[in-house]
Amino acid sequence: MAKVLMKGNEAIAEAAIRAGCRAFYGYPITPQNEIPNYMALHLPERGGVYLQAESEVSAINMVYGAAGCGVRVMTSSSSPGISLKAEGISYIAAAELPCVIVNVMRCGPGLGGIHPSQGDYFQAVKGGGHGDYRLIVLAPGSVQEMADLTFEAFDLADKWRNPVMVLADGLLGQMMEPVEFIDREPQMVPKPWATTGAEGRKPNIINTLDIVPESLEKRNYALAEKYARIADEETRWQEYKIEDADLIIAAYGTSARAARSAVDMAREKGMRVGLIRPISLWPFPSAPFAEAADGTRQFLVVEMSMGQLIEDVRLAVNGRGVVHFINRLGGMVPTPPEIYSKIEAILQGGEVQ
Amino acid sequence: MMRVFERPESLTEKQMHYCPGCTHGIIHRLTAEAIDQLGIREKTIGVASVGCSVFAYDYFNCDMQQAAHGRAPAVATGIKRVLPDRVVFTYQGDGDLASIGTAEIVHAAARGENITVIFVNNAIYGMTSGQMAPTTLLGQKTTTTPRGRTVHDNGYPIRMSELLATLDGAAYIERVSTHDPKHVMQAGKAIKKAFTMQLEGRGFALVEVLSTCSVNWGLSPQEALEWMRDNMVPYYPLGVFKDVTREEEQA
Amino acid sequence: MAKGRVIIEAERCKECSLCVNACPFGVLRISSSINSRGFHPAEAAHPEKCTGCRLCAIMCPDVVITVERAS
Repeated sequence: MAKVLMKGNEAIAEAAIRAGCRAFYGYPITPQNEIPNYMALHLPERGGVYLQAESEVSAINMVYGAAGCGVRVMTSSSSPGISLKAEGISYIAAAELPCVIVNVMRCGPGLGGIHPSQGDYFQAVKGGGHGDYRLIVLAPGSVQEMADLTFEAFDLADKWRNPVMVLADGLLGQMMEPVEFIDREPQMVPKPWATTGAEGRKPNIINTLDIVPESLEKRNYALAEKYARIADEETRWQEYKIEDADLIIAAYGTSARAARSAVDMAREKGMRVGLIRPISLWPFPSAPFAEAADGTRQFLVVEMSMGQLIEDVRLAVNGRGVVHFINRLGGMVPTPPEIYSKIEAILQGGEVQ
Repeated sequence: MMRVFERPESLTEKQMHYCPGCTHGIIHRLTAEAIDQLGIREKTIGVASVGCSVFAYDYFNCDMQQAAHGRAPAVATGIKRVLPDRVVFTYQGDGDLASIGTAEIVHAAARGENITVIFVNNAIYGMTSGQMAPTTLLGQKTTTTPRGRTVHDNGYPIRMSELLATLDGAAYIERVSTHDPKHVMQAGKAIKKAFTMQLEGRGFALVEVLSTCSVNWGLSPQEALEWMRDNMVPYYPLGVFKDVTREEEQA
Repeated sequence: MAKGRVIIEAERCKECSLCVNACPFGVLRISSSINSRGFHPAEAAHPEKCTGCRLCAIMCPDVVITVERAS
């Protein structure tokens, strides 16, 4: 398959269609608009359904309906829109319905701005909606990964009967990079539970209400057990030059791109720096941090937020190493020189936390 | 002896939880009878809303989905778009449809979504202990209008059928009542017609069914029927507000 | 022999009386027996007057009445 130069958002949409996505319910919001626009243009021609809903609230409930029929379905939005979808996402997780939800993050809070940000980390991984539920959250760091992770998201959603979120940001969504689409068939699974019309079988019910505490508790434990299995099987991250590193950077998505360049700059100056890049934000890759935290190493978290990923890094490091922090906000993006000077300050200037 | 009335196949055996005399039960039966008569039980998918009728998924003997409060028309749209040859209906109360779900119902109608909506209007929030709904009548006492609803504080009750009938996407809108056997039978015909409209692919069909809430109205079941006839019917006139098939005949 | 007959699932009746009020021939009444939910179910006090007109079943919110008619 030849490489194609494409915007991140469009790569997501194309990958979704190739993954068998046959329904897209969306709503306009910058900076994710290329996704619904692409779907409106291409999905109907390729056997799918596109509909712009009257609101994100409505869109996520359309997703609930279609997912309940066993169809591969997707929606996308940006930060404020994801807040509106939070209730629906909780329902979808509770009903164990497979679907893909894309959040192309923009800066907040409130209306905020339309530039990139990573301020929805907590919302994505700690549950933006009510109740104990988890989304599998995948964080692409390139246009190639926007395509690959979206394609895999559909298989993961079906495999686990769970919503999967692709958590990108406006920069990844708007920039163009060459991309090559995965050339394999999606792994479709039978869905006997779907509401397709009770022909020759007992009626199926898609429902999240359970007014009896004893049985709702069982349901919650079953979800918890599923989430534990997901953590065992689907946690993924990337390591870059950490074997001999004195300082390990933790960063995902756009922040990781800048951090990687800063690692190379530091290495050129003889400073032993590495990078751990979480790709699944939930389940969070605690293991590499725990292993690296041998008491001699320091950590530096780079984020486009006030510090959210850093909490999970601290939990994993568990006190066995200083965890430094550098961030940009409001749509500003951290640059390699900024990160490099922080590295220098830590390793040579003896900057404490 | 020949059987002339029995439980429709599209109702499950489960005993309904509704309060004694609550006409939700009648409306469930009318809906199930329509599904039986049209022979579509095995290709029907119902969407239950949130309110007293949230448990409808236990009472209708067909595939069901339970939707978040106010969102049933969106869930139904999501289903109908991917399964256009299936029959999709929503069963919603007035709090669900006329309050939190106003946008969803208006846009489903504006899109001419080919679904059937059973809209139960009992002028109150039943399940949550009798609060004012957008359809609560002026002067009507509820747990959140203890001195009676006033225009000053709470504005005017909304006539949803008339409102939705202004939308070109609406193919069939009728308001019916359940205050006596004649009107219950008329309601049954309207509900059957609303399903037929969907089968013929004509677009959005909604039947608003006036219904009682004796417990929260503080009346006996029979008194509630009479209160509905004497107070709700005058404010919510019965009749057909949109019917594209009739317009065709006239054309 | 009555022209019609009603069969009432007493266990499911909630004593709402809508059937009693709907019957044009005064066939039905609320019984003195009690079902497991503590309701006095409706019963046919004058079954001989029943014509099988179905009005009682049409008004029953809990679908507990089955109606038969002499063919």
